[in-house]
Amino acid sequence: MANTSDTILTVENMSVEFPTLSGVTTAVRDVSFTVGREKVGIIGESGSGKSTTGRAIMRLQPPQAIVKANRMQFEDVDLMTASEEEMRSIRGRRIAMILQDPKYSLNPVMTVGEQISETVILHERVTQQEARNRTLAMLERVNIRDPERVFDLYPHEVSGGMGQRIMISMMLIAQPSLIIADEPTSALDVTVRQQVLSILDDLVVERNIGLIFISHDLNLVRSFCDRVIIMYAGRVVETIAAADLDQAQHPYTRGLLNALPSLDRPKDRLEVLRRDPAWLEN
Amino acid sequence: MTIIKAQHLAVSYGHGETALKVVKDVSFEVQKGETFGLVGESGCGKSTILGALAGRNKQWTGSIEIDGETIGQKRTRTQLAKQQLVFQDPFGSIHPRHTIGRTLLEPLEIHGKDRRQERIEKVLTDVGLPLNFRYRYPHQLSGGQRQRVAIARALILEPKILLLDEPTSALDVSIQAEILNLLKDLREREKLTYILVSHDLAVVAHLCDRVAIMQSGGFVEIATRQQLLENTVQHPYTRVLMDGSRGYVATTRQGHSQLRSQSPVTV
Amino acid sequence: MAKSATFSKLHDWLISEDFTSSRQARLHSVYLGWLSLIANPLAFAGFAVVLLLIIVAALAPVITVHDPFAQDFLMALKAPSSTHWFGTDEFGRDVFSRLVYGARTTLYITILVTVIVAPIGFVIGATAGYLGGWVDVVLMRITDIFLSFPSLVLALAFSAALGPGIENAVIAIALTVWPPIARLARAETLTFRHADFVVAAELQGAGVGRILLRHIVPLCAPSIIVRLTLNMSSIILTAAGLGFLGLGAQPPMAEWGAMAASGRQYLLDAWWLTTVPGIAILTVSLAFNLLGDGLRDIMDPRNG
Repeated sequence: MANTSDTILTVENMSVEFPTLSGVTTAVRDVSFTVGREKVGIIGESGSGKSTTGRAIMRLQPPQAIVKANRMQFEDVDLMTASEEEMRSIRGRRIAMILQDPKYSLNPVMTVGEQISETVILHERVTQQEARNRTLAMLERVNIRDPERVFDLYPHEVSGGMGQRIMISMMLIAQPSLIIADEPTSALDVTVRQQVLSILDDLVVERNIGLIFISHDLNLVRSFCDRVIIMYAGRVVETIAAADLDQAQHPYTRGLLNALPSLDRPKDRLEVLRRDPAWLEN
Repeated sequence: MTIIKAQHLAVSYGHGETALKVVKDVSFEVQKGETFGLVGESGCGKSTILGALAGRNKQWTGSIEIDGETIGQKRTRTQLAKQQLVFQDPFGSIHPRHTIGRTLLEPLEIHGKDRRQERIEKVLTDVGLPLNFRYRYPHQLSGGQRQRVAIARALILEPKILLLDEPTSALDVSIQAEILNLLKDLREREKLTYILVSHDLAVVAHLCDRVAIMQSGGFVEIATRQQLLENTVQHPYTRVLMDGSRGYVATTRQGHSQLRSQSPVTV
Repeated sequence: MAKSATFSKLHDWLISEDFTSSRQARLHSVYLGWLSLIANPLAFAGFAVVLLLIIVAALAPVITVHDPFAQDFLMALKAPSSTHWFGTDEFGRDVFSRLVYGARTTLYITILVTVIVAPIGFVIGATAGYLGGWVDVVLMRITDIFLSFPSLVLALAFSAALGPGIENAVIAIALTVWPPIARLARAETLTFRHADFVVAAELQGAGVGRILLRHIVPLCAPSIIVRLTLNMSSIILTAAGLGFLGLGAQPPMAEWGAMAASGRQYLLDAWWLTTVPGIAILTVSLAFNLLGDGLRDIMDPRNG
């Protein structure tokens, strides 16, 4: 069975191109990586193609975009050739996505309880009442103190941190084998962020699944992920174990690290990143 | 010399029964040339204090003294020019249909200043932008360049105080470094006093001499830069924020008994 | 060859974002707008028709060979022919000449109404939106009162009260057109009211007038211009309607609505009397609509 294999996702030489009026823009160029049962961080500045990469895996790129790859294999599914129908059955069930603002992922006219129950009914084929009980249990699992009250709230009535917990609670039911989290905590305060991340951490470790964590926050990725992919201008410039990030070789990664103000290593002037055109040559 | 003195400052939004008190009785003093930080999580009132000092929030009580002058709820033009605000979002703080030159000309017209072109050229040079940028529109500029324009606009009236509202939180790390360096240079060259609002203690410790840590509208403690760097702060909440700027702190994984023991959250 | 070289040089200069003067910056945005206008065939068609209307109105004496007011009862109700392209009316006047001179009347009414309505609508709407409070309440309730009447009925009532005539028709139409503009200006102003760049101007000491004129106007202008362009077709139709009912332009002045009305009684014998001005009204109002839609795509950043 595919589930027992250690590699969940393999991406080989993936490119994403956008045709524009003035020619084709390549947002992602020849990106290759694998994701196993681990937390992989994709780090990069705005426009580095990190979010586009995450969306292309889910086949959620904008319609005009062209995705090319030698291979995109998710467990037993070839993502290049899978039909749209197959993709629909994969999204949310086998690959789940958490976005920065959970409000866009939730249906605004249904209470959060109804939405989670729907997932329960879909996956476990139980009655309404059982689904409700399961939902309440799941809300409790993600540290929501009074699930009965939260059950009847609409997405606009919950805070950002609560919204992300609700997204995670849906994953507890759907049991995906890969989670793609795109800046899931950038809008959250540090204390809430810590709580959401620890729930996510437990989910990934407990279920032994894979996580792609897309972020611009070096410190966060370094401390949360096992492995880090550094992207620059649509390319992967370096892949390194999170613990070894300080020994990163690529001048871009080094530049980013040195540009960061730090409580532990204060410096009078921050280093300014000098962008080298040579980084754009693969 | 004290340049800003706030005593028993309280700020609220709304009127009557539904009025929401966002800042509850804070007092602080800022010395000339000092950089004072306000740190806390969203909704703690840090930006509201800045708004009251800038003249944006008018519903405050207590007393504010700026540059030796007691400030009322309504200010004269000269009083407004003493301090200028730099906004968080460089995409929303510059008029999208004005060229950069026009944006910089506007305050000079309001205050009837002379040598306008000369002043615009000087301030563009000061923030490190090429002179021909004055003919450009904001949409042609990157986030970092726009933030430089926003700083230039704040500086063109030659204020004594810059009020910085999360000036780098919308920017990439490498751009943040450039802006923080620029702010340091300007402070030295123009003898400016800063009040910096941020949620990131690392940024605050980089720039500030003293920091007020805020929680639900009040000061938890005022720490010096030295205290932050030596990790000798008093309040546990300050420590939480310091950990936050370092990243994620892994909790020991022992299944969900661990999950439950963490502090539950309400909406 | 040399000519195309200068042209491509001009094109490069206009398209370059490396501005060296504010004039170049302004021309650049106008040129980009022009490029997207010609890339949109329907909008361009609308633009072409409107341009044609303006040229025809300006050059009316040159284009026509017959006097639009000269009556000749021997020639009454003649079908279209090589001497009278669109035939003659019941007084023997040349319909083509009257149509061309009617373009002047139509243009006169639309431009005058637009010029009156734009500043009134903007000032009322933007003031209400920016100041808020009781100013907003009072101004918007007045607007609501005007909005609560069907516009043609209101225009009819006003021009009946003011007396027939083209100036009175303009006033009557203007009274019905400003409220939607005011509403739009208010809505637009509300979206920018608390924008950081407006706050920045306030904190630098800018007064209400400066903020409205310098900061709010440039942002409201695109959607108001689009709305006014779209409105022009309804102004033309209302003007024609008033003319048809005898409350607009008075004889012998050439006006499309009045022409269509007077041709009504000869509809069976002389179809061209109503058809020709009817087609003119249809074409021009359609053209303004197409142009307005195109302008919305070009000028409104939310659609770009």
